[in-house]
Amino acid sequence: MNTLLILGAGTAGTMAANLLRTKLGDDWSITIVDRDNEHHYQPGYLFVPFWMPEGRVVKERDAFLPDGVDFVQRDIARVHPDQRWVELADGQRLDYDWLVIASGSRPRPDLVPGMADGSLWRDKVHEFYTLEGSVALRDALADFHEGRLLVHFADQPIKCPVAPLEFTFLVEDKYRKAGLRHDVDITYVTPLDGAFTKPVASETLGDLLRQRSIRLAADFAVERIDNDTQHLVSWDGRELPFDLLVSIPPHTGAQFVMDSGLGDDLGFVPVDKHTLQAVDHERIFVLGDASDIPTSKAGSVAHFAAELFVDNFLAAVAGEPMPRSFDGHANCFVESGRNQALLLDFNYDTQPLTGTFPAAGVGPMRLLEPTRINHLGKLAFEQVYWRLLLPGKRLPVPANMSMAGKNEP
Amino acid sequence: MPTNTLNGHTFTVDDEGFFTDPDQWSPELAADMAELIGTELDDAHMAPLEFMRSDAAEHGATPTLRRMHATGGFDIKELYRLYPGKPVKKMAWLAGLPKPTGCV
Repeated sequence: MNTLLILGAGTAGTMAANLLRTKLGDDWSITIVDRDNEHHYQPGYLFVPFWMPEGRVVKERDAFLPDGVDFVQRDIARVHPDQRWVELADGQRLDYDWLVIASGSRPRPDLVPGMADGSLWRDKVHEFYTLEGSVALRDALADFHEGRLLVHFADQPIKCPVAPLEFTFLVEDKYRKAGLRHDVDITYVTPLDGAFTKPVASETLGDLLRQRSIRLAADFAVERIDNDTQHLVSWDGRELPFDLLVSIPPHTGAQFVMDSGLGDDLGFVPVDKHTLQAVDHERIFVLGDASDIPTSKAGSVAHFAAELFVDNFLAAVAGEPMPRSFDGHANCFVESGRNQALLLDFNYDTQPLTGTFPAAGVGPMRLLEPTRINHLGKLAFEQVYWRLLLPGKRLPVPANMSMAGKNEP
Repeated sequence: MPTNTLNGHTFTVDDEGFFTDPDQWSPELAADMAELIGTELDDAHMAPLEFMRSDAAEHGATPTLRRMHATGGFDIKELYRLYPGKPVKKMAWLAGLPKPTGCV
């Protein structure tokens, strides 16, 4: 009997369980571990402050796991890769032959001085990368009618790196519709030198910010949040005043990854970016946000990677060369307000470009351009996520990125 | 790719002037470049550049300010004193590394 152990039953772990259960025979046992039984639709966190009911975001993890997979609901303490076993928080021991780490990334408000430990936390200082945070922010927005609103993210990498921009566009739209836009001063604060990391998208998104009269504070490396004077303070001495601060803190990997010595300084596991096999441990693969691959930490990446991962995993188990190479493909709908969204499609080597998607000239989606159909695509994705993506069904988008329809810069 | 020449050294750069090949870098070249931005490269200025180069060689990416602090042990305020304004960008440029964008 061979044993596969999957750590984490989120987007990546659930997909891995579903895909591998159909591929591995009866001589394989599959066990998946997570601390609770709540699977969150994380893209929903963006909408909870505006309109999405909080209950709609959560479903039970085990409802999305196939028969023949054991679900262990327990905290993980440590991985012992040399002896190939995992220690749970209650001391229980789970042996494995092969391990998939899919424990994601987590926002760390404790890493910004004055955030989680400040008097204004969840009062005037908010985030929306947890359900609790989104709900608190929803309530804060309901009481906020005038003043200075800062939308900020501290440092890369964060999950869904476009979400702070999306929130900015959505909150601008909210106050515009309410007729309060002239009373609410909005600034987007970023450690990057523009609206986005890559030139073509940065220009497009920067233009959108200007059109909507949203200020941009770039190259802002946050030092701390001053709760007494209500300022966001950068290392170079800039102090931005706020009446409401939405700040996405830095992320790290799971605590057990850090405690096991498997992660880099942020707790992300170094992997071969094309095969997703851990650099130092051939019996460990890492799927989703938990690895250090240089692309977005996003569900779409986990999805595209999962498809290739399965073939590579099966080859590795059989002692054969791994046949597939992941290109870092990411595909993100970016809400831009006005019931429109942009679509980004990119990979390790190709920045987000303009064009049509998925078919050249036909679309129906347009890349890097706010359209209503992109917005509808974003909304439809919620059902796609639960019904197709998690069960590991094929989506009509290739795992590796295609240049079809894209305009070269 | 554009090419820059400085005091007889030739190196390829991206559109913003950052090195595309770290192997074309040398400490002498860095000293010449530092003069262009009014900085004298003494030991205090060189230490973070050397960390950046070894860290980038090992991990394949220009380290962020946070990493300079967490892994390199540098004091962030001190880095701002040495390289006012945009320390990571200036240091990456002087160290012959790509612009530190982090990941998308």
